[in-house]
Amino acid sequence: MAADTTTGLSAAAAALQGVPNEPGAAKPDPILKGTNIKRTFGGLTAVDVERVEIQRGVITALIGPNGAGKTTLFNLLTGFDQPDSGEWSFNDRSLAKTPAFKVARAGMVRTFQLTKVLAKLTVIENMRLGATGQIGEKFWAGPFKALWKAQEDDITVRADDLLVRFKLDAKREDFAGSLSGGQRKLLEMARALMVDPELIMLDEPMAGVNPALKQSLLGHVKSLRDEGRTVLFVEHDMDMVRDISDWVIVMAQGEIVAEGTPEAVMANPAVIDAYLGAHHDTDLSELNEDQLEVAAEAELDAEAEEAGS
Amino acid sequence: MDFGQVLDAALSAGLGTQAIVFALAAIGLNVHFGYTGLLNFGQSGFMAVAAFGLAASVTTFDLPFVLGILIALAMPVLLAIVLGVPTLRLRADYLAIATIAASEVIRLVLGAVEFKDTFGGSNGLTNFAGAYQKLNPYNERLDLGIVSFTRNDLWSITVGWTLVALSCLVVWALMRSPWGRVLRSIREDEDAVRSLGKNVFSYKMQALMLGGVFGGIAGIFHILKQASAVPTDFNTTFTFYAYAALLIGGAARVLGPVIGSIIFWFLVAGLGSIFDQLTKGADPFMPEWLMTDTQASLVRFIVLGLGLMLLMIFRPQGIFGDRREIAIDGR
Repeated sequence: MAADTTTGLSAAAAALQGVPNEPGAAKPDPILKGTNIKRTFGGLTAVDVERVEIQRGVITALIGPNGAGKTTLFNLLTGFDQPDSGEWSFNDRSLAKTPAFKVARAGMVRTFQLTKVLAKLTVIENMRLGATGQIGEKFWAGPFKALWKAQEDDITVRADDLLVRFKLDAKREDFAGSLSGGQRKLLEMARALMVDPELIMLDEPMAGVNPALKQSLLGHVKSLRDEGRTVLFVEHDMDMVRDISDWVIVMAQGEIVAEGTPEAVMANPAVIDAYLGAHHDTDLSELNEDQLEVAAEAELDAEAEEAGS
Repeated sequence: MDFGQVLDAALSAGLGTQAIVFALAAIGLNVHFGYTGLLNFGQSGFMAVAAFGLAASVTTFDLPFVLGILIALAMPVLLAIVLGVPTLRLRADYLAIATIAASEVIRLVLGAVEFKDTFGGSNGLTNFAGAYQKLNPYNERLDLGIVSFTRNDLWSITVGWTLVALSCLVVWALMRSPWGRVLRSIREDEDAVRSLGKNVFSYKMQALMLGGVFGGIAGIFHILKQASAVPTDFNTTFTFYAYAALLIGGAARVLGPVIGSIIFWFLVAGLGSIFDQLTKGADPFMPEWLMTDTQASLVRFIVLGLGLMLLMIFRPQGIFGDRREIAIDGR
């Protein structure tokens, strides 16, 4: 995507300017569309999203307080969890009830909040695993190196390029389990790129990453967009959200309560309340009394804990 | 004490047919547990279905020997499907429970009176190994001084170690490939592999089948070398000895199960012979109040168990394992 240097907005982000700042707003060119996605755990409604659209080629942030259902929504969309009901499509292809590996093959790849590196494989082997369509991954072709050697070499070249870009090339032959938390985040993101996804979904990419590494991670996420990929990420770090996202979706108690450009969302009283916990004053959405009470109690507990420590 | 006799017993077991059977079974477990992380506690079940697949085909149904072998090799694949379809989508412990239960069911069914006509009841089946013995090219026994092997043993040892070598070759070729990389990744974290677009269920099923076939080869070889198939041979102890062999040698190493099996049977037979000599005779070296000769055959397993514990404490990765891999516990 060519960046529009005069306004500092990418072309794709500029396309979002006409979109109203309201929950479930329709986008001009959505890559992902979902309706009525609902997931309950016993009596608790974890996700109840009426309508959501993700614009192609931009960085969308998904924010909200703890327990808002952001990760559950991620799990549902990527096939790692099954919804009670709901329908969603990726590139106009319905993906509800599709197993996780098929979602990834369709071009929608996620990372995890708690990193999942393959500890007893080397960094380069982690990377190679990410490549799709490998001949050598078939049982019958496996024993015959001649069949997959050429492809493996290509994959290795791609993997090494990515390792250099993510500054992990020095760790190439180390076990992934020996990496630091921040390096694991980088490795996971690099490995996801080996799949060559159209939409990459990052679950808290900044959690546990030191400030020095944060800057380079931010750069990496931006470069994903500049390559033409779509990024959806969950994050608590408001600086990051303000810095790099083109669009922000706010969730609270399973529902999308606000949407808009970062500036508009940060100024939205409903969002401030969702983070500060003053639900009673504003109309967030049709929350029932019980849920509000539970949430209020949980926040009081959390505050008491913080005060105690 | 006669150390020649001890060495004879130890070497005959460690290089003989006993070690071969367990090496083959442990190679299968290595594919399951070592590489893929599948907890198969019913390897004896895979061995039994293959063994009786051959024995019943040839003896009961009068089929040709070669066809019997093919049927026998198909049986573990079928068992893997039956066990895998309901359990492989679940957590690892469910497979462990299902496999150990299945192996017991199989053993009891094979020995049941109701199926005496087909599987021979608790006496099992004989008269199926004629074609195998007819292939024996050796004319006389082999005497190597300390150890000696009969003509039949010599043939079985030749066939057995060839099978072990071929199995190792197959495992080595598969595990260095991208296919093997997917298996090892599944062992580390299934969800990560899924998120990268791999059909985890399919790979686990393939691994369960492959390891089961190695177990089946072990079962077939076991009944051929002794020319009789007895259901009680395939009890759970069989599985756990094979696990012991695997852990001694080192899991997720091509030669781990083979070396482990040799060492395991070398020690079992060697210690057995030592304790036997210490306690037998009119005036045994070991006073009777300390240990009688009936106790002696059990004490070797206590000693072996202690040895295994020490190994796990001081060398948890086994003899061939990689210390670095054990040092990483983070996920």
